[in-house]
Amino acid sequence: MTEKADQLFVLLKDWLVSFLPGNWQGVAGVILGVIGIAAIYPTLFALAVLMERKGLGRMQNRIGPNRVGPFGVLQPIADAIKSLTKEDVVPVNADKTVHFLAPVVLVVVAFMGFAVLPAGRNMVLVDMDASLLFYFAMGASTEVSIFMAGWSSRNKYSLLGAMRAVAQMISYEVPLLLSSVVIVMMTGSLSLVKIVEVQHHYTWGFPHWYILTPWGLAAFVMYAIAATAETNRSPFDLPEGESELVAGYFTEYSGFKFALFFLGEYLGMLSISGLGTTLFLGGWSAPFSFLEWVPSWIWFFSKVMLSITVLIWVRGTLPRLRQDQLMNFAWKFVLPMTLLNLGVAALWRFMGEGWLRWIVCSAILIVVYVVAGRTEMRRKHFGPRSYRYAE
Amino acid sequence: MSFVFWLVAALTVAGGLAAVLLKNLVHCALALTVAFAGLAMLFLQLDAQFAGFAQILVYIGAVAILVVFAILLTRSSETPKGAGIFSRTWGAGLVIAAAVFAVIGWAVLQSGAGLPHETGVPSVSVQQIGNALMGRYVLPLEIVALLLTAALIGAVIVAMHEKDGAK
Repeated sequence: MTEKADQLFVLLKDWLVSFLPGNWQGVAGVILGVIGIAAIYPTLFALAVLMERKGLGRMQNRIGPNRVGPFGVLQPIADAIKSLTKEDVVPVNADKTVHFLAPVVLVVVAFMGFAVLPAGRNMVLVDMDASLLFYFAMGASTEVSIFMAGWSSRNKYSLLGAMRAVAQMISYEVPLLLSSVVIVMMTGSLSLVKIVEVQHHYTWGFPHWYILTPWGLAAFVMYAIAATAETNRSPFDLPEGESELVAGYFTEYSGFKFALFFLGEYLGMLSISGLGTTLFLGGWSAPFSFLEWVPSWIWFFSKVMLSITVLIWVRGTLPRLRQDQLMNFAWKFVLPMTLLNLGVAALWRFMGEGWLRWIVCSAILIVVYVVAGRTEMRRKHFGPRSYRYAE
Repeated sequence: MSFVFWLVAALTVAGGLAAVLLKNLVHCALALTVAFAGLAMLFLQLDAQFAGFAQILVYIGAVAILVVFAILLTRSSETPKGAGIFSRTWGAGLVIAAAVFAVIGWAVLQSGAGLPHETGVPSVSVQQIGNALMGRYVLPLEIVALLLTAALIGAVIVAMHEKDGAK
């Protein structure tokens, strides 16, 4: 029974495919997998938007949407109908072709990343050796679409927003990759399926997740920061800073194209949370060995939605950074710390089994973080607030 | 040659031609991106996963963005009205292009005879590439890695000093 529930979707796919003649079965299986991805993640997107609007509303002492359906739970449907029926305005001077292509490229690339994320035991669309590399290749391609959107609108705010977004995404891609390299070093594989399988072991009922090791925790913190910046989420949402740039690179988009940008942003959040779950939080494995009877896909999606909740919480908590602070933070803090973490992970690998490596690796990381934090705070000379650019 | 090959090849060549022939520089850069994507798909069609994904990651994710930044930071992306797509020194350009093409073509034709004639498609998995990089070619890899890390840290240090001086 437990086995059946765990493999529910796999069995369903096999049952549906078995109606077809033999040489069609492979293709049909892939198409069914694509349909599954195209159905599940947009549903999670609607859920995430609702959570964000309600949750953020509560954090800001508002009620949030409460008119459509009980407690406003049908709000995403109303939003979808609204954006589908709205007029699509394209600026006269805009570059029509590129302006049209940008949101399409963004959403297509955002969907591609899901193909390699293992959503449960045996539940991955494409299982290949280089799946982590594939994921990052797709992530890097979103920058092109954002640039296309900002440039083709012929609007200074759009262009500024796009330049900010691209500069920020390039800067934070370096720590994002470097913090994931630690996992590859330890697993010895670029395959995400293999990475989850390695973490799916238990000692005294506790899992072997990478986040539960000193270097894994340090890498996860850096990954979370870089992922927040990579998806242009607050406090790194300068590309769409509404107090300066109207809405950033999608200022000139309306109607369904705007909805596509919105979808692309949330799909990016979902997929980068999915990757973080896979790399650090054990993917579909249960948090305790006695909870293994719960189907694996429930664990994966709960972890992803938990990450989304944290992202919303961070958005409701932290103020937006300034552009120079953003860049300084990436290059002068996050990058050195990920490089240090690479060294610590190598040390961990060569010290062999035992409790000594736990103490040594934790000590190195804690000492460096504390010393760096204290010296930086001392250099800041906090005093009364002063304004450099305004009176 | 399969149907997919011709499709991808046509896309790559079209992207390359558009990159040369279009008038707007940003359009050219985007067309170049299409050509890069086509090349990556050719690699994937040849079952070279590592080369294909590295092509996307490095060329689309970094080189194309660098080109676009360079265009936007240096001058207007529009070419002046009336100027044709051929520059005045197209003759010299043609000669250089033909010479480069001849050298590459000669090298390709020469190398064919020296290689062992393989009948089946060689399958090189990403794991094999990884093992080769970590085993036989570990010294060049480490040297490159050290050089790149030094460049990265050097760039950060240069940026740090600039900020201290400004204050």
